[in-house]
Amino acid sequence: MSAMRATQTRRLPGFGLTLGFTLFYVTLMIVIPIAALLFKASSISMQELVETFKTPRVQASLRLTFGASLLAATINTLFGFIVAWTLVRYRFVGRRLIDSLIDLPFAMPTAVSGIALMAIYAPTGIVGKQFLAWGIKTAISPLGVLIALIFIGFPFAVRTMQPAIEELELEAEQASASLGASRFQTFLRVTVPSLIPAALTGFTLALARALGEYGSVIFIAGNLPMRTEIASLLIVSRLDENDIVGACAIAVVMLAATFVLLLAIQGIQWRIERKTGRN
Amino acid sequence: MSRVSGLSDASRDPKWVQWILIGTTVGFVTLLLILPLGVIFWEAFRKGLKTFTIALSDRNARSAIGLTLLATAICVPLNMVFGLAAAWATTKYSFPGKSLLISIIDLPFAISPVIAGLMLILLYGIHGWFGGVLQSFGLQVIFAVPGVVLATIFVTVPFVARELIPVMQEQGSEQEWAAISLGASAWQTFTKVTLPNIFFPLLYGVLLCTARAMGEFGAVSVVSSNIRGLTNTVPLQIDALYNDYNAPAAFALASILASLSILTLLAKSWLESRIEHRSKESEENQ
Repeated sequence: MSAMRATQTRRLPGFGLTLGFTLFYVTLMIVIPIAALLFKASSISMQELVETFKTPRVQASLRLTFGASLLAATINTLFGFIVAWTLVRYRFVGRRLIDSLIDLPFAMPTAVSGIALMAIYAPTGIVGKQFLAWGIKTAISPLGVLIALIFIGFPFAVRTMQPAIEELELEAEQASASLGASRFQTFLRVTVPSLIPAALTGFTLALARALGEYGSVIFIAGNLPMRTEIASLLIVSRLDENDIVGACAIAVVMLAATFVLLLAIQGIQWRIERKTGRN
Repeated sequence: MSRVSGLSDASRDPKWVQWILIGTTVGFVTLLLILPLGVIFWEAFRKGLKTFTIALSDRNARSAIGLTLLATAICVPLNMVFGLAAAWATTKYSFPGKSLLISIIDLPFAISPVIAGLMLILLYGIHGWFGGVLQSFGLQVIFAVPGVVLATIFVTVPFVARELIPVMQEQGSEQEWAAISLGASAWQTFTKVTLPNIFFPLLYGVLLCTARAMGEFGAVSVVSSNIRGLTNTVPLQIDALYNDYNAPAAFALASILASLSILTLLAKSWLESRIEHRSKESEENQ
């Protein structure tokens, strides 16, 4: 207790040094770069902005990026729940191996993932060949973009739901059962509602990651203008054409979308904290 | 573990549900994760060790490995020192704007690597804020090695800080206060009291930072000129080889990075079990 009181009057040494260095580093490495983009974007005239987004190629790219990202995040939330539930609640051979493999898309360099996915889903790849026989193109198609985005967002969905499932109150399930609910009713009425915040957080994180993804997508996508060109790639090709204004316009829209998603996550977390704080 | 064996009937799913969900999990993970991992090593070694050794003895591959190691060697220590300072500042004191500062530290995770590269071009490119001045001193950043290093630093800034902040938050400052009141200097307190307490999370953060630094692609590809043997890192070299229809060589290099990421995952599970073990021990002591 005396230590607690002391903290209020005195400070541990190192405040100036550590905070000073932190602020310096954050300013130099993070704040100034972001400011540079925002400053550049604010100098873009309305006309230039309209011109950039009026082109069918940009519109097609944004539709693909947002559409595929939303779909991938949805699929990830669904399968992420199944995988997280299985890993927490069931015991089976290979469980630990699968559990440690979940983070592979985090740990693997995106370019490496990209060529690996291409090798599998290309018309000559083991899975791509099979699908081609059924008349479905898994690479150099929007489906390829989707596959890569599912790959990259998967850990976010699993890793946000896993702790939530671990912390579920089993007493609530018991109470529900003792009141005569079937296992399925209990799951639907008791378990699912308490997992919704975690599922939403996982969905949003996977979505944010998918919107900005580049390396793992560009190989399998094939990058056909109007068909399989994602927004990140369009920024790169604008830069290659020395069209800085066009690149900044697209970048700022994508950045704004990410910030909105981040705020949404903050909102979800805040609501969870308020709820648990009340109890 | 104890939870599962202690599941009451109310929380136990019917056997057939378990089988379906386990089957789905195993199938999905095999298709999505195990298959890509396997295909990298299969493609790298299917024509024997020879393609592998030829690919690695290539001059451009060697210089790519050198540049990746250089960028990592600059980036990781800087971000480690930053992570320690940031964690100390944000967990040992309270000051206005603290949570805003923590949010800003996390930002590079949320920003697309390509957009990060674009930001650096706006700053250090020829027409950028600092680019012109630096150029007049003969220092080229964009399309050169310094740009590659800066891009690598940007995408990995949060890794160490993010691992340390929650741990140090939980540990509080009482042990440090005890050390100080017993006459320890600030440096002694940090190295003898704080550092041992955060050793495993620190190691974990450094590990994640290293893995990402070696594997970064998007941000680096934007600021690098892709001149082989000069500003190509290993991921960029993989990209170049793949586009040259030299897939075996690309997969040979890729298999090295993939081995590193497997190592990262193994170390991660080991460190996590250590961290869990430690927190259990300290709970028992209290």
